[in-house]
Amino acid sequence: MHSPQPVAEAVDLVKVYGQASTQVRALDGVTVTFPGGQFTAIMGPSGSGKSTLMHCMAGLDTATSGQVRLGSVELTSLSDDELTRLRRDQVGFVFQSFNLVPTLTAAENITLPLDIAGRPVDQDWMDTVVGTVGLSDRLDHRPSQLSGGQQQRVACARALVSRPTIVFADEPTGNLDSRSGAEVLGFLRRSVDEFGQTVVMVTHDANAASWSDRVLFLADGRIVDELADPSSERVLERMVHLDPGHHAAPTPRPTPVPTAGAPARPRHAAPGV
Amino acid sequence: MLRAVLRTAAAHKGRLLLSALAVVLGVAFVAGTYVFTDTLQRTFSDLFGQTQPDVLVTAATEFEVRQSTGTAASLPGSALDVLRDVDGVQRAGGLVQVGGVTLVGSDGTAVGAAGAPTFGVSWGDDPDLSPLRLVDGVAPAGPDEIAVDTETLQAGGFALGDTVRVLTPGPTVQATLVGVFRYGTSGNLAGATLTAFEPARAQELLLGGDRWTDVRAVAAEGLGQAELAERVEQAFAAADLADVEVRTGEQASDEATESLTAGLGFITTFLLVFAGVSLFVGAFIIVNTFSVLIARRTRELALLRAVGASRRQITASVLAEAFLVGLVGGVVGLGVGVLLALGLRALFALVGFEIPAGGIVVLPRTVVVAVAVGVVLTMVAAWLPARRAGRVPPMAALRDDVVLPTRSLRTRSLVGAGLLALGTGLLGVGLSGRVENGIAYVGAGLLLVFVAVALLAAVLGGPVTAALGWPASRSAVGRLAVRNAQRDRRRTAATAGALMIGLALVTMIGVLGASSTRSIEATLDDVLRADFIVTSTTFQPFSPELGDAVAEVEGVEVVSRIASAPVVIGTPPADGTGPGRLGGAAFASSVQPESVLAVLDVPVLEGSIDTLADAAVALDRDTATAQGLGLGDRVTLTWASGPREYEVGAILGSGTQLTGATVSRQEMLGAGEPEQDQVLYVSSEPDADPEVVREDIDAIVAEYPVAQLLDQTEFADQVRGQVDQLLSLVYALLGLAVVIAVLGIVNTLVLSVLERTREIGLLHAVGTSRRQLRRMVRVEAVLIALFGALLGLGLGLAFGVAVQRSLADEGIDRLAVPWALVAVVLVVSAVVGVLAAILPARRAAGLDVLAAIASD
Repeated sequence: MHSPQPVAEAVDLVKVYGQASTQVRALDGVTVTFPGGQFTAIMGPSGSGKSTLMHCMAGLDTATSGQVRLGSVELTSLSDDELTRLRRDQVGFVFQSFNLVPTLTAAENITLPLDIAGRPVDQDWMDTVVGTVGLSDRLDHRPSQLSGGQQQRVACARALVSRPTIVFADEPTGNLDSRSGAEVLGFLRRSVDEFGQTVVMVTHDANAASWSDRVLFLADGRIVDELADPSSERVLERMVHLDPGHHAAPTPRPTPVPTAGAPARPRHAAPGV
Repeated sequence: MLRAVLRTAAAHKGRLLLSALAVVLGVAFVAGTYVFTDTLQRTFSDLFGQTQPDVLVTAATEFEVRQSTGTAASLPGSALDVLRDVDGVQRAGGLVQVGGVTLVGSDGTAVGAAGAPTFGVSWGDDPDLSPLRLVDGVAPAGPDEIAVDTETLQAGGFALGDTVRVLTPGPTVQATLVGVFRYGTSGNLAGATLTAFEPARAQELLLGGDRWTDVRAVAAEGLGQAELAERVEQAFAAADLADVEVRTGEQASDEATESLTAGLGFITTFLLVFAGVSLFVGAFIIVNTFSVLIARRTRELALLRAVGASRRQITASVLAEAFLVGLVGGVVGLGVGVLLALGLRALFALVGFEIPAGGIVVLPRTVVVAVAVGVVLTMVAAWLPARRAGRVPPMAALRDDVVLPTRSLRTRSLVGAGLLALGTGLLGVGLSGRVENGIAYVGAGLLLVFVAVALLAAVLGGPVTAALGWPASRSAVGRLAVRNAQRDRRRTAATAGALMIGLALVTMIGVLGASSTRSIEATLDDVLRADFIVTSTTFQPFSPELGDAVAEVEGVEVVSRIASAPVVIGTPPADGTGPGRLGGAAFASSVQPESVLAVLDVPVLEGSIDTLADAAVALDRDTATAQGLGLGDRVTLTWASGPREYEVGAILGSGTQLTGATVSRQEMLGAGEPEQDQVLYVSSEPDADPEVVREDIDAIVAEYPVAQLLDQTEFADQVRGQVDQLLSLVYALLGLAVVIAVLGIVNTLVLSVLERTREIGLLHAVGTSRRQLRRMVRVEAVLIALFGALLGLGLGLAFGVAVQRSLADEGIDRLAVPWALVAVVLVVSAVVGVLAAILPARRAAGLDVLAAIASD
């Protein structure tokens, strides 16, 4: 693993749900690293374990065995309270269903993690983030007064405002129309390119995955493939092989990891953010 | 559809059980009251049924004879001879039963509970003619022998052969305890202390000669009670003893049962009032629970609509669910009611009112009423939410983010304001004292005002919770809590409203209690001139011997005695025929006109107390006004012995010790009332050492455990103590209404937490600790509780002041606000909030993050 330093890694991660006969191995020995300043997409068919991987990496769920490291912290030994604090200070979340607090304004939703922690808001950074997601004139609105795309951009801003070590996005475009989805993806892209943010996104949309620097393919709880500098077509082509209809899954094939300094690639014109 | 209803109800059983609980307490009060009174009725009618003879003859009186005060109209001894000679009488006997006969226990105190009657009775061996059944020792045979009931034996710590001091309304005697008996099958007569004397001794000691309280007979074989009663009536008329009342044993038994249970009627009223309060509070909670359940089930209901259920069907399905809740609440309430009745019986036994053992009586009527109350209340309360459920659009099933259109609060405000005006109006009318049945107006007014304020609370809720929550708002979690409390203003208003009711009533009663205590103290201050007061500890009169002895004490200047007796106050017939107009039953006090003003500074508005010495009557202003009587008018006082006519010689100010009619001591004795005292007012000589005087009087009073010696401060304390005792009972019962309201807060919060599952999951995901989540729910609960407390305190203070003002003429002329109580209410409410939050907070903190945020 050459530069940059990985900000998160999992070693031999196993997650088993249920007992005995009803046992499901959602993760079956996953080892993976997430280098800093990179946009990684995790893909896979339903039930492949991609969400479980993300939940374990983010400290939302605990693994059955194996290790997870986030920054310099080993997660597997942490208590619930310590995990909560870790999420508060080091992790940003973007969910499919936005998950904003309906009683709070957009601005209050964005600063929620800082407010909960009792940390001061860095106003310059806040302005930058809000400007980037294009919500400057919507800050006093309640979530119910915002469109889905706007709500998801609020969620993105919330994920970034505390300068987390890593941002996890779970199907962030799943509930959005393609135009709003592109806006959100463009924003995640820019946070990586311009702010050096590390982003991990779970998606089953090849188009969304094509905005990333690297795509990990999961099937049956294992990483089965990896693709750097993905385009929609190449992602789709790999996905076809992962289709349960295909018996022989392609052998994992290590691909060179692009460097952090890789030039910003406007393969997609960032749509008017 | 029915299957869907049952399935849904089963799925929400926890929620529904909690709302059923809100019905249970109210229903339990209703059922408990019925069960208790029915049981009482059955037990006593059984008891009296066994102890009554076939025919009973008593002296006719204008009013119910109050034997317990020692006043008893009696028959001459010849009445027994008349009865014996009636054809068809197999056996006949006489009975003496007079109140105010108290035993001094082995510990030197009076035997028997405060307030329970203490009877002296004549012994009789014939079980058909006497209720007494010897269980140990022998019947009293000589003048110095007595027998007591088993309960009294135990309560007094006596043993057969003991020498016992017996305090009678007349002389105090010493007697040997020779026998122990039961009253019928029961240990004693509903807590009354019974002391039996040999018949001739009872006549001499308690009725002053050869007289009987009643004479009674057993019918000859085959002769009916009614037929014998008829013959007895004729015989007495022929014997020129027409002024008697002849009753069959059955009638006498019914009357005795009725009078005993009527005496406990206040308990029935009391309990039913609290049942009403509980049910009212419960209704608030049901409205809330159903509203929240429907909000949570919007999607499911919309789906039913989408697949073809009509609005009416949806509404009916919710009402069917309410029916189930009401049914469960009613049935469980009935069970709890039976327990409540058992508890009441145990409580009564504890304070000395022993209710003879017997089965608990649950009449079909009780079952029907309990279940009907539960079902009807629940369905009525669920009606509005059910209608709202019917209005859920089918489209709501298809969209993720259904927000039911929130109606503006304007209609609600208008309705609230209208109800408030109406309720206040009814209150005003009820309190003005210008209508019959004012209390009904007051009750209806209170009800409307409560509903109105609960409606308006939705408007007030925002600003008030914002202000209350200000200290908490500095933290993000606190801010979230405040917002949550303001989120559904109707729900918060209904939840706080339920708490408001109990607290408003507590505060109102508190204001009234404090005001009456303050007023009584002020009156005592103004009126009381005596240095010491000797009063009865049992509310029963004591022997004049005590006053005689106190008067002998060195340093005592004046002893002024007051006695009382029941009378009917009326006006003589205008044309000299007929009985004239009878007024209400009242009490007459007798005073010693020459000394009473030295000990009591009674405000004499018109005339003079001195006229009492010339056989005039003094009336207090209220009585005079009520009877339309003025100074110099003629007035009839009907004593136990019969009517007597007087002139009104003085009009006294109200709210003093002397209410109703006041006559001189000579006059009351002349009317045939026994010589006995209720209160002694004692003044010491100016140069006497009050400490020494007190010690000397104390030594005498100690001999008479039915009396106690108090100075002015102690007297005031005792009066306040009595008020406080009553208040604490009321508080305890209203506390139950608060408990129901707390259930409401728990219910609302649990449902809110469930409703916000995803939001709470998110908060936890982005780093809110479980402790912070718990705090969030707790702050919300405390805000709602404090909001309810503020509403309750505001209303309670307003009600209290209004009622006090309207009672100013009745003697509650000073206003006192119990600030300590207000503070307690606030603190208790905050605590209630914290307690109510325990379960929902644990729920919130225990939510599985992944499940909560899972995108579905």
